[in-house]
Amino acid sequence: MTMIDIAALDDIPREGARVVRTALGCIAVFRTADDRVFALDDRCPHKGGPLSEGIVHGSLVTCPLHGMVFDLATGLAQGADTGSVATHPARVERGRVLIGLEVMRARPAA
Amino acid sequence: MKQRLVVIGAGMASGRMLEHLFEAGFDGEVTLFNAEPRGNYNRLMLSPVLSGEKTYDQIVTHDAGWYESHGVDCRFGEPVVKIDRENKVVYSAQGGVPYDALVIATGSAPFILPVPGKDLPGVCTYRDLEDTNAMIAASRPGAKAVVIGGGLLGLEAAAGMAARGAEVTVIHLMGHLMERQLDPAAGYLLQKDLEARGIRIHCKGATKAILGRDRVEAVLLEDGTVYDADLVCMAVGIRPEVRLAHDAHLEVGRGIVVDDQMRTSDPAIYALGECVEHDKQLFGLVAPLYDQAKVLAATLLGQEAAFKPVQTATKLKVTGVDLFSAGDFAEAPGREDIVFRDPGRGVYKRLILEGERLIGAVMYGDTADGSWFFDLIRQGKDVSDLRDTLIFGPAYAGGPTANPLAAVAALPPEAEICGCNGVCKGRIVQAIEGGATTLDMVRAQTKASASCGTCTGLVEQVMALTLGDGFTANANPPMCKCTDHTHEDVRRLIKSRGLKSIPAVMQELGWKTSGGCATCRPALNYYLLSDWPLEYRDDRQSRFVNERNHANIQKDGTYSVVPRMWGGVTTPAELRAIADAAEKYAVPMVKVTGGQRIDLLGVRKEDLPAIWADLNAAGMVSGHAYAKGLRTVKTCVGTEFCRFGTQDSTGLGIKLEKLLWGAWTPAKVKLAVSGCPRNCAEATCKDVGVVCVESGYQIGVAGAAGMDVKETEPLLTVATEDEVLEVVAAFIQLYRENARYLHRIYKWVAKVGLDWCRAQVADPAARAALVERFRISQSVYQTDPWAEHAARPADWAPVADLTLRAAE
Ligand code: SRM
Ligand SMILES: Cc1cc2nc3c(=O)[nH]c(=O)nc-3n(C[C@H](O)[C@H](O)[C@H](O)COP(=O)(O)OP(=O)(O)OC[C@H]3O[C@@H](n4cnc5c(N)ncnc54)[C@H](O)[C@@H]3O)c2cc1C
Ligand code: SF4
Ligand code: FES
Repeated sequence: MTMIDIAALDDIPREGARVVRTALGCIAVFRTADDRVFALDDRCPHKGGPLSEGIVHGSLVTCPLHGMVFDLATGLAQGADTGSVATHPARVERGRVLIGLEVMRARPAA
Repeated sequence: MKQRLVVIGAGMASGRMLEHLFEAGFDGEVTLFNAEPRGNYNRLMLSPVLSGEKTYDQIVTHDAGWYESHGVDCRFGEPVVKIDRENKVVYSAQGGVPYDALVIATGSAPFILPVPGKDLPGVCTYRDLEDTNAMIAASRPGAKAVVIGGGLLGLEAAAGMAARGAEVTVIHLMGHLMERQLDPAAGYLLQKDLEARGIRIHCKGATKAILGRDRVEAVLLEDGTVYDADLVCMAVGIRPEVRLAHDAHLEVGRGIVVDDQMRTSDPAIYALGECVEHDKQLFGLVAPLYDQAKVLAATLLGQEAAFKPVQTATKLKVTGVDLFSAGDFAEAPGREDIVFRDPGRGVYKRLILEGERLIGAVMYGDTADGSWFFDLIRQGKDVSDLRDTLIFGPAYAGGPTANPLAAVAALPPEAEICGCNGVCKGRIVQAIEGGATTLDMVRAQTKASASCGTCTGLVEQVMALTLGDGFTANANPPMCKCTDHTHEDVRRLIKSRGLKSIPAVMQELGWKTSGGCATCRPALNYYLLSDWPLEYRDDRQSRFVNERNHANIQKDGTYSVVPRMWGGVTTPAELRAIADAAEKYAVPMVKVTGGQRIDLLGVRKEDLPAIWADLNAAGMVSGHAYAKGLRTVKTCVGTEFCRFGTQDSTGLGIKLEKLLWGAWTPAKVKLAVSGCPRNCAEATCKDVGVVCVESGYQIGVAGAAGMDVKETEPLLTVATEDEVLEVVAAFIQLYRENARYLHRIYKWVAKVGLDWCRAQVADPAARAALVERFRISQSVYQTDPWAEHAARPADWAPVADLTLRAAE
């Protein structure tokens, strides 16, 4: 797994997210109140809502469009809802955020 | 020949290692270098020295006699400048010393913020005796000190200087103190305690520069705040001191890389203490360093030993502050919290469980059980049996699991239920038997649960026991699953208890989760900004997407942009600017809204700052079409053009919109002004609608035309435009101060009654006070959010674009 340095931790607001654009769609990179980071596809499985714009509470995010709640680590929908979002490896190293992207390798050479 | 051991750094870690070596009978020759002009002392105890509770002599751990009796060649005040690995010699300015084995124990160096003025005299760090003495010298009563950094070290420095009489301000970048060890609730309690000692705390403060000509005079923050300072202490973090190792080409990551035996990449060189990195981990507390010391002593004696990092616990060494944190307290999937809050005593405890094991604990105010919890964490014991009473500590462990109702039933009549008002169980039972069958009635008659409300659950249990099947729990449900309080209770308590931050509300009102949820956070953020316009700072992350991005999100993730069009009136120049923007940003649809203005639909997020800047340049501001705030004021043409118009309805609508725009409200607010009873502006179905008549202005309120349709009800009829503006501002402020979040005006009026509202705004004194409070709030919130955000376009774009990279 290649880990790619995408930003400084402080580029992402606490309890917020920023988006990384990739050839296979956008990835939302979340930062929790206690400075952990998570990377998920920025598309809600319900109707494609941008999860990066949801309210982050604890290690959950609430989709901004119709309120489904997802676990940032597993990508699983919470409560009575079903469905999941793809997750990607992410970690903080020396104040920088790294994400691992198999999606990049899967991309055919342009 | 005797083994020649050279040690660089006479600190806490190497001191402990030498003790172990000599106890085991090590008979090599030891040379000990230290950059500080002294031997080993207990660095942790510098804080009691700073506060005056101890003297330096009392914290020396190894005195000259100790070094002499073990034949240590002491080179104090003589920093090592170079390691020659090939010839196995270390050099100081005084020359070289050969070694067979070398130990690097250089500790850490304080991190210095790269801001202008950092080198001025009067700026210090907090690491050694020199720093401590500098702070003692500067802490004359009345002197002003600024500490940058609200972590463990910064706060100990602040408390120490404050104890000596200095006026201390702590500037902390993050939202709450000691965020690495504490969650926001505990951080809030700590801040409250420190403020009670006269220490000023400025969170979310970024230092921009240290000001002064020949020495420090003040500190300037990014937000423009300036704090005067005779001394500035930077305690923003530490960095492993790795320069020697780096120059000698040893393997260095963030620290000097060592294996389980504390060996570096050179088999003759070892390292320990804060300068090392083991298994990708750094160390900043002394407990694991002592374990390293034991392991390294064994390694040097040829014995087997391996270092395994253990969990560490933190305590802040400020007399009178009780705080404890251990293990891992981050929220994560599969983890569960047990939270206990006792607002009356300022106690907060939180345990973090993963499966059957306790993995972390944060405590404030009552830390007596800290070591018991710490032990459970370290042992990784299965705590499922203890779980129900775990948070109450060892005293309850293993006792019978309590049925809450049975426990209340067992209470004697004189047992106190409501601590705030001193109401006992017997009094409540008496009231219920006397006919108080609802919580509100019990509250009214006994005052039980009428103050902080934490005992509401208990009171309800007493009611359930006394009334049996006749009891139905409170019909007004709690705000959300994070609390037992209703919206009304929370609003009332925020005001009566002076709560001014989200963590303060969560602590003082006994929130059951540590960080709230998507339901309570936006509501709390609104209540706080509405009640404390000058003190509270809006929390962007607690807002729904539309209000965070100041645009309406669409189903495909694009946004709509609606500029304000005062009273529905526009000009050719504005229309031209809108048309230009629509073309420039390829807006898929331009639509006239039901609110008399123009909507640009389908704008990409990263284009928002630019389109805003363009519209701003043409003199337009945000229309807040996304806000729980003032939306539109629809008008008709009125006396200006219409043959039936009785007053200038267009002009009045514009004045109302200019008065009210920017104000946040519990739910959206829409107005209209019609020039005569024909009512072309549909004023009779708005939140507030004005219908002009010959004799003046009929102000109606509480209309609706959305999911419910309802005609407005007459509030007041007044004679002049000025009175309309006053009455409407006062009424909106009344709504802002009293309604629950997301209730439109018609729902709120149905609850509190129109008569009550009218009484408030009709009374001249009450009206004037409401208008004044509205004015104060507008002095903060009537700003164009677009202009503010357009200035930082980078925040709106993706943080990285990997599509280009992939193509390489
Ligand atoms: C743009 C507009 C429709 C239009 O093309 O005309 C509109 C569009 C939306 N309305 Fe509306 N409403 C618009 C005028 C109205 C009106 C008429 C009016 O303002 O005179 C009403 C009835 C009056 C009222 O507010 O009661 C109206 C009653 C609603 C309601 C029901 C509110 C209620 O309390 O019953 C909602 C849902 C809500 O707010 O929860 C809503 C919500 C919405 C939202 C924000 C849905 C959402 O949350 O995403 C729509 C945004 C669409 C988008 O993607 O941008 N819209 N909406 C109108 C913007 C007016 C403006 O200039 O600001
Ligand atoms: C004010 C204060 C309060 C603290 N409170 C706590 C606490 O409550 N609990 C806790 O667990 N920890 C606490 N710590 C942290 C703890 O003191 C450190 O973890 C510990 O001292 C690190 O030990 P060390 O031996 O690695 O480094 P140090 O003790 O820093 O020793 C390193 C020594 O190496 C010397 N040196 C550096 N470079 C050279 C060179 N080139 N040549 C010669 N000598 C050199 C330095 O001068 C220094 O004397 C506190 C620290 C401070 C400053
Ligand atoms: S009525 Fe309003 S909320 Fe419903 S689809 Fe139309 S714009 Fe959207
Ligand atoms: S798109 Fe996420 S909940 Fe509907």
